Amino acid sequence: MFSLQGITSGIQSFLHARFSASGVLIFESLIVILLATTLFALLGLVLVWMERKVAAQMQIRLGPNRVGPMGIFQTSADTLKLILKEGLTPDGADKLLFNLAPFVVMVVAMLLLAPIAFAKGFQVWDINIGVLYITAVSSLSVIGILMAGWASNNKYSLLGAMRSGAQIVSYELSAGLSILTIVVLTGSLQLGDIINAQQNGWWLFKGHIPVIIAFVIFIIAATAETNRAPFDMAEAESELTAGFHTEYSGMKFALFFLAEYINIFIVCAIAATLFLGGWMPLHIGNWQGFNHLMDYIPSSIWFFAKTFALIFLIMWFRWTFPRLRVDQLLNLEWKYLLPISLFNLLLVTVIAILGWHF
Amino acid sequence: MYSQTEILKEPEINSSNSAEGELVINIGPQHPATHGVLHLVVTLNGETVKKVEPHLGYIHRSIEKMCESLSYRQFIYVTSRMDYLSAHVNNHACAMTVEKAMQIEVPTRAQYIRVIMDELTRIASHELWWGALAMDLGAFTPFFYAFRERETINDIMEQTCGARLTMNYMVPGGVMADIHPSFQQKVKDFIKLFKSNIDEYDELVTGSVIFQSRMKGVGCLSKEDAISYGCTGPVARGSGVHCDIRKIYPYEIYKQVEFNEIIETAGDSFSRYLVRIKEMKESIKIIEQLIDNIPEGDYQAKTKAVLKLPKGEFYTRVETARGELGVYIVSEGGTTPYRIKFRSPGFSNLSALDHMVRGSKIGDLMATMGTLDLVIPDIDR
Repeated sequence: MFSLQGITSGIQSFLHARFSASGVLIFESLIVILLATTLFALLGLVLVWMERKVAAQMQIRLGPNRVGPMGIFQTSADTLKLILKEGLTPDGADKLLFNLAPFVVMVVAMLLLAPIAFAKGFQVWDINIGVLYITAVSSLSVIGILMAGWASNNKYSLLGAMRSGAQIVSYELSAGLSILTIVVLTGSLQLGDIINAQQNGWWLFKGHIPVIIAFVIFIIAATAETNRAPFDMAEAESELTAGFHTEYSGMKFALFFLAEYINIFIVCAIAATLFLGGWMPLHIGNWQGFNHLMDYIPSSIWFFAKTFALIFLIMWFRWTFPRLRVDQLLNLEWKYLLPISLFNLLLVTVIAILGWHF
Repeated sequence: MYSQTEILKEPEINSSNSAEGELVINIGPQHPATHGVLHLVVTLNGETVKKVEPHLGYIHRSIEKMCESLSYRQFIYVTSRMDYLSAHVNNHACAMTVEKAMQIEVPTRAQYIRVIMDELTRIASHELWWGALAMDLGAFTPFFYAFRERETINDIMEQTCGARLTMNYMVPGGVMADIHPSFQQKVKDFIKLFKSNIDEYDELVTGSVIFQSRMKGVGCLSKEDAISYGCTGPVARGSGVHCDIRKIYPYEIYKQVEFNEIIETAGDSFSRYLVRIKEMKESIKIIEQLIDNIPEGDYQAKTKAVLKLPKGEFYTRVETARGELGVYIVSEGGTTPYRIKFRSPGFSNLSALDHMVRGSKIGDLMATMGTLDLVIPDIDR
């Protein structure tokens, strides 16, 4: 099976032959930073373009089609425009917090990239508490949003930030509980282990109905956590103009915008890793020929195909559903999703103890 | 009497002397949900709406005063700019008032054309409302679906009237020009298209669980309140008030066509929604009955070049897409009106907004405002 392990260990031994241990660490960090930043920029551009094309297809129109073939450079042109725009700081805003907020949101999104395995042997940090790390760090983004809302000194922003706070904190619970079902089944918090446990079948197929329920709940919670429609309370343009980023312009706005899309990518990548086997190809039981054929497809393609399929799903939500009201949103979480996930976790635990899964 | 400085004094908005825990925010005049330059001063307690105070006048062009210096042929054109989504119906009401005053007999052909045009306008207006309401609720896609059908109507209007929005097609005595030779065919094509597409509306929006939970039991207006606030049109009919002018005081050939007055009794946002959706289907029914039977003859009665209304007061009312539009002309016997007053449906409907949304959430305010189908130039004039 094609693997990037060869390349990464090649670089490792090449560096070790020439530098001391600390020098190797510095060089490797630089490479990681470079790759992560590139991926970041690239993902932002691709996802924004993708969203616009998906939206256009659903709305019987063409979408961007002037800048470059099929408009692929449209987002680059938009970014360029945003870079050149003045980054306005309103009077009466808390200048430090106002300017810091987009970076907090951005850094949180960047930190979340660390434990994700993009391909076989291509992972920045296979930390042994990977799942815990993800849940812990992802809940930090609410701080950035609250900061932005509070520091803007704008009532719309404040309302948007408050909504966002209530929403992210609530939905974190069911997202965490549905992640836990996979942890219970695998017996490990490490993402590498979770992926390897899906060698002969993805958890979505191996874990019976309870895992499917967990998957659905995770997708709903992920949509809510990334503030996407139908849960885009924090922005709710028809109610709060632009919610917490009403006062932001130029590149500071672009950072929020970018972070939103990176967050979508990350939650989808996590869902793909936990439930759909990450980079693991589709294997069906004892079908040796079929399994071999699937192995020929590079693991990175598997990973990105699964992730983008889920991203498409989330975009599909946005362009189909109307927005929920803020109290309905919280009702959905506390009265339905949370009890269901708790009960579901119990079921999965029973399944795991009795070894009923495949 | 107020002194001038008192009138010009800024209204006390954004004042810090509001009660403890209350937040006063200005929604509008530039806001995505107000569909125009409506300014709502909203008092909030957290997410809950305590009070809504509409501030009007941002697009006041004093159309009523302008009409006083225009002749009876000219003033009709200004009225297209009031409720620009029902331009035909506005023109129709004005033309009818002049005809009533001068006792002009309108040819049957013209009456048929007028009614068809009115109903097409009603459908176009309701289409736009449907898309905009969905947008208020955060769903963008329905807007494009609505415009797909609305464009066809606009094309029909363009072909026959020469304009897509402010048609100015109705003149005293009939219509300005005869219908385009392919008008009937195009309308029939539209009916076919619309009938096949209206089900998509139900699939995409009406049946949606989220949409229903946003609409049902929200923005309630009882029958008594609807009457006392002077609500008309789909807003009042959603509360169970029998108020369709086409049924109560039939004008033109509405007496001869068969259609139902849609009345829902729940009085919430969802019943107002249903009234409009069903009204579109009723309008299609009316057009279907008329389109093949347009009689031959003149499209305009012979009138004098300069119209002079006899001394007196004249009033007519019609049913626009938003409700009852009344035109009141006081004539001194000259070539221009002495005074004109329009009774616009939007103004009265807006006045009920505060009553409907008190105690509900901000999201409900937008949803309820969406179901009122406000056109701001109609409120301000």
